Amino acid sequence: MGSGTAPRSVGIVAPQTARFSEPLRLRSGAVMDAYQLVYETYGQLNAERSNAVLVCHALNAAHHVAGYYADAPDNVGWWDNMIGPGKPVDTERFFVIGVNNLGGCHGSTGPASINPNTGKPWGADFPVVTVEDWVATQARLADRLGIRQFAAVMGGSLGAMQALAWTYLHPERVRHALVIACAPNLSAQNIAFNEVARQAIITDPDFHDGHYYGRDTRPTRGLRVARMIGHITYLSDDEMASKFGRQLKSGKLHYTFDPEFEIESYLRHQGGKFSETFDANTYLRITKALDYFDPALEHGGSLSKALAPARANFLVVSFTTDWRFSPQRSREIVKALLDNRCGVSYAEINAPHGHDAFLLEDARYHHLVTAYFDRIQREPSA
Amino acid sequence: MRDSREGLERGDRKGPGPFAPMSANGNGFKRADFDAIAESIRPGSRVLDLGCGDGVLLKYLKGARRVTGYDVEIDDASVLGCLTNGVDVIQSDLERGLSEFESHSFDYVVLSQTLQAMRNTEGIIRDMLRVAREGIVTFPNFGYWLNRLEVLAGHMPVSDNLPYQWHDTPNVHLCTISDFEDFCAGHGVKILERKVLTSGRPVEVLPNLLGALAVYRFQRA
Repeated sequence: MGSGTAPRSVGIVAPQTARFSEPLRLRSGAVMDAYQLVYETYGQLNAERSNAVLVCHALNAAHHVAGYYADAPDNVGWWDNMIGPGKPVDTERFFVIGVNNLGGCHGSTGPASINPNTGKPWGADFPVVTVEDWVATQARLADRLGIRQFAAVMGGSLGAMQALAWTYLHPERVRHALVIACAPNLSAQNIAFNEVARQAIITDPDFHDGHYYGRDTRPTRGLRVARMIGHITYLSDDEMASKFGRQLKSGKLHYTFDPEFEIESYLRHQGGKFSETFDANTYLRITKALDYFDPALEHGGSLSKALAPARANFLVVSFTTDWRFSPQRSREIVKALLDNRCGVSYAEINAPHGHDAFLLEDARYHHLVTAYFDRIQREPSA
Repeated sequence: MRDSREGLERGDRKGPGPFAPMSANGNGFKRADFDAIAESIRPGSRVLDLGCGDGVLLKYLKGARRVTGYDVEIDDASVLGCLTNGVDVIQSDLERGLSEFESHSFDYVVLSQTLQAMRNTEGIIRDMLRVAREGIVTFPNFGYWLNRLEVLAGHMPVSDNLPYQWHDTPNVHLCTISDFEDFCAGHGVKILERKVLTSGRPVEVLPNLLGALAVYRFQRA
């Protein structure tokens, strides 16, 4: 596998910051005069600058993709099982970049940042951002790092939407795209889940129309509920059944509204943890970016036409129990790529974990990604 | 498809019999029908390869005929094998048809040593001729004299081309050369070319009796 070494961690990593002062017009029409992006890199950029891999994050993640921090060794990157020396994306061979998206809450300019026009946090005034906006900012970061063309752009879920968007927005800058647990747009059911999550946040009395930074409150209750809803949709029914079933915390019923079933206590714990570290305004914007993503919209509903500019080769992966972004949705992407005669491989992984499977270690899944990166490594770079 | 691949692997384990297909494991050997298929394909064509196993046929055709295209496989090991062999692969169940593929989007669709394991024989042949100008199929000829001999002796044939016991075979639609030609005549399929092989060598005389493997190229009548 990979370079032949046993898989290891990339070790201690440190985030970096890139500041941009050239105004950026967003899809919404709003203009960001200046902004910063926080990112991490792993491995070495080769002399030809041809081995760079961009990893795009999904809803609740950020730039910390692999390794750990010197002062927080337990804070391991969210895709550490995928990226590192000897891992499927082998940092002995590839230069991997993780970047916190614009609007985020992990260091890149976002709603909690200071609005230079007012000297106060942006709050509700921070513009709505889209997948295409993120790609535009990532492209500027690539320029800054001297990367003309990525060996691969990859991601899962919302991250996969960015990888897909790269291929039609900057066809000449992407040799391969790994589009994992993706959908060409959200279904009504998906938008519905997002809207319930947003309503939970917006109706929290501590939300204050998004201007809560100056007050001593945060809408943590709403964010907690939002995260609990999201979490349910990332797992499969079977996975929840096998993990929790109807197990009770104390072994007997108490006839109260305190958490009695294990699943209740698990969701509360996950929601609570998340609401302490994540910003509600960012959550609102990321769910909107998900809802808005629909490359076919500007092409009369034809995804094939939307993807016509793509020149990359693709690996599309779906998971059988993912009911949020089902295999059928990935097949729509595959069909559009086949219509355009793109190089594309498609794998449907039989995994029990639902949408979250893209984050988990699964031998079949990781072997595929390994084989695909071996192939990227073998081919001559442009 | 998994079935034909497993068949080959089991055949290999029996040691090289007189009709042993050559290894399809990508180690530089090629199966007996690969050359016959390659000869039928114009250089530079677009080829869809159905159920070959680990992409070795398409890899071979890419080298020998500079073709482009995809493999279609159902099982995980074959999908991984294709990627390892540098062949693009779509994981899909052939029994569900080829709906991902637009009509007339390929020059050839190849179904090598998988026809006999398909349940929906008519459906796949029809879909092959929908997505491509021409179809190519290869299958073990059940009318081969050694098979007939085994049936006469009172047993279902088990050989290197038909390596399964009757109770665990994936081969649900075995046929003879005559059967397949009758099928084509009755289903609007025009045969353009036929090659019959035994031990990799062409058979000219009494093909339905002396041929172990049949290779057909066909189009819509």
